[in-house]
Amino acid sequence: MPSKVHPARSERPAPAGRVRRAAGAGTSGGPASQDPVLLRRLLRAKDRMDAGSHEEWPVRRLARVSGVSEAHFARSFKQAFGVPPHRYLLTRRIERATALLRDTDLSITEIAFHTGWESLGTFGRTFRDVTGESPGAIRTRARAAAHELGRVPVCVVSAAHRPDLTIAVSEKRRRVAGGMIGSPREEVR
Amino acid sequence: MSQGVEVVGLYVRDQEEARAFYVEKLGFRVHTDVRNGDYRWLTVQHPDQPSFQLGLFAPGPPVLDAATAQTLRAMVAKGAMPPLVLVVDDCRAAYDRMRVQGVEFTQEPVDRFGTVDAGFRDPSGNGWKMIQARR
Repeated sequence: MPSKVHPARSERPAPAGRVRRAAGAGTSGGPASQDPVLLRRLLRAKDRMDAGSHEEWPVRRLARVSGVSEAHFARSFKQAFGVPPHRYLLTRRIERATALLRDTDLSITEIAFHTGWESLGTFGRTFRDVTGESPGAIRTRARAAAHELGRVPVCVVSAAHRPDLTIAVSEKRRRVAGGMIGSPREEVR
Repeated sequence: MSQGVEVVGLYVRDQEEARAFYVEKLGFRVHTDVRNGDYRWLTVQHPDQPSFQLGLFAPGPPVLDAATAQTLRAMVAKGAMPPLVLVVDDCRAAYDRMRVQGVEFTQEPVDRFGTVDAGFRDPSGNGWKMIQARR
């Protein structure tokens, strides 16, 4: 059984030879022919990209997370998840940027840096390449579509319908003003 | 409750490992653990939820042929199985406790949608969302 794995060793470089040999038999077949031990390690690298998509993820770092060689990592990752690791990372960044464009008032420049791009130009170009639209256009469209959220789970809708910061601020001001009624200052006014 | 879902199962790569994980690290207790030859029916239960059992099943003969079992082991290992949700009273406290135990977290606790959620995986690769119960 290939199931005797020790999860505690996950972060350390693993005895790659065993994994490589086990997976080698399956490289010509479908995903199911990849060794589950290897797949579990690749999943760990994918999880790490999910958790920190704004970070840099060179193959060397990912391969270390998975405990396999760099060449083996890139090939196996694509076989397992259908896309090369850097492209997977890109989709996660675009997804996150899209959410920030939709849900926040951060500027496009801020969003670019928040999601891991080193320049606004690269972000804009990549974003258009992947989505077919500019970040600004996506923002406009996503906001216009906000009222169509009826079919989205309640937790998401409630977040989308959360009032703006400006409303909360004016509410606060009103409360402060209310508290002052009858105070000496109020009389002066 | 007299009607409803009683058992939902996960595929795990090793039932002994899974039993240790769910019992020792997540605080579940074993409900049923019976064997018949190579076959082992293993379910665990959350202490606060006596009407529900979580099955920890290993894909393989005699129930499944070897090739199908291999496919399922691969799917579990690459995190392709359906999402699971665990509700807790205090997500951050549970996160701290479980991390010390060596649970592999995929997402630290985040405040959103009026609650707190985190993500972790069992040793096999099954992904859990851990959400703080709304009060």
